[in-house]
Amino acid sequence: MYGNAAIGEAAIRAGCQCYFGYPITPQNELTEYMATNLSRRKGCSFVQAESEVSAINMVYGASLAGVRTMTSSSSPGISLKQEGISYLAACELPAVIVNISRGGPGLGSISAAQSDYFQSTRGGGHGDYRTIVLAPSSVQELADLTHRAFDLADKYRIPVIILGDGMLGQMMEPLEFKYDAPSELPVRSDALRGAKGRPSRIVKTFTSRPTELEELNWSLFRRYRLIEKEETTYEIYLVEDAELVVVAFGASARIAKGAIRNARANGLKVGMFRPITLWPFPYEKISELTQTTKHFLVFEMNMGQMIEDVKLAVEGKREISFYGRPGGVIPTPSEVLRVITRLYYQKGLKIEK
Amino acid sequence: MLIKTIFAGFGGQGVLSMGLNLSQAAMSEGKHVTYLPSYGAEVRGGTANCTVAISDEEIASPVASSPDFVVAMNQPSLVRFQNQIQSGGLLFINSSITEPVVSRGDIEVIEVPASDIAEELKSPKSANMVMMGAFSKKTNLVLLSTLIEVLKNTFKTKKMLIDINKKALMAGYDLF
Repeated sequence: MYGNAAIGEAAIRAGCQCYFGYPITPQNELTEYMATNLSRRKGCSFVQAESEVSAINMVYGASLAGVRTMTSSSSPGISLKQEGISYLAACELPAVIVNISRGGPGLGSISAAQSDYFQSTRGGGHGDYRTIVLAPSSVQELADLTHRAFDLADKYRIPVIILGDGMLGQMMEPLEFKYDAPSELPVRSDALRGAKGRPSRIVKTFTSRPTELEELNWSLFRRYRLIEKEETTYEIYLVEDAELVVVAFGASARIAKGAIRNARANGLKVGMFRPITLWPFPYEKISELTQTTKHFLVFEMNMGQMIEDVKLAVEGKREISFYGRPGGVIPTPSEVLRVITRLYYQKGLKIEK
Repeated sequence: MLIKTIFAGFGGQGVLSMGLNLSQAAMSEGKHVTYLPSYGAEVRGGTANCTVAISDEEIASPVASSPDFVVAMNQPSLVRFQNQIQSGGLLFINSSITEPVVSRGDIEVIEVPASDIAEELKSPKSANMVMMGAFSKKTNLVLLSTLIEVLKNTFKTKKMLIDINKKALMAGYDLF
């Protein structure tokens, strides 16, 4: 199954009731999948909106009505959705936003890149808020994390971003779905569906009293602290005895893994650390790794964005190198192996006898 | 073992179907597999290609910068991909419509008159399956029987297409 289709199917199985899309490469297959498959399901709606801005505001409305809802786009389209995401955050509304990203800035290229790390992990829109960011690295994970995104969004009443890229969205891999579609579509208890028999509720994003807003900010940040504590996830690969740890996420992590397998075969003690949640970022685990590993190599398909978080985690205790290919160029495992090997010898790291 | 193959040709020749066919066969044989269609800014009637990676272990990258096998269904594909093949790799050429001009001596060139054979079978659209048959015989990547099973599944709603595709597959297989 195509990565994009896997997201669509997983969303349907997670009980997504409303999907709002607007075409953009390389995520069109997801919109197409929802047009065919979601619209056929009882009680579900697929709408191709007239713009990205419109689509995210439809998500805003659907979320207010208490249903599981999703939109998807690619980098420039996600930029347009940022205002809506900020509003969702302010109203404490769950939603899933998929970014099958491409190279940037501007309209960029349609090839796979990871240049939206900052945009995804730093809130993206205006105001003091966070979104959970999940970074899958295989088609199986696109499906698994889509399901998790809906659960997290509801649990913490927060917008969740799935950050994929053109390579993951376009490629086909075998996968298994771990859930069946629910027989009844979930509706949140706080849904706004008429105030019959109860006092009316107003959900708004504007307040003229700073102290009222300050209280909202505090309450959001208490929740963000809780998310950091409970939901941070990562994958570690051969780090126990590693002299060099490669830190990479998403598509670049699977490329790094291939390079590391070959590096190990040559006796180089290399491991990999892959954040699965980009926010909350696994600072603690990386900090722990500084006790056992000598050097870090951050590898991204951009000019160096996640490296800032790695630096925060390492706190200057170890040296960090960077290798990146921006613009939609997909580096090969052998290219990354060359970088690893060169660095390994330059830094005089120990080779397994 | 990690084997990467690029299938390339005109849009409409069924190159993406060949890749899908091989991917599904490899998947049902329990192998790790990735399939990546070309995703450039391609033009209608222009070239299409896809990359299939098959391995016993997890596949790092679905992209092939130096494939083991290349299937060139037309002239532009031959020009574009022949220099990327790994030394010792195989190059399949649809010799019915392609001038097999190959500038390298370190690869094996396999000429398959796929379009002519498909024409003889009165099913010109099955040239891709003729090629697939030859590919399967020469590379041994997946069993012929698995490919036939995949065909049956692909055309389960268009049963009349199974026979002709199978015939084309066998014709290619029996060439070598």
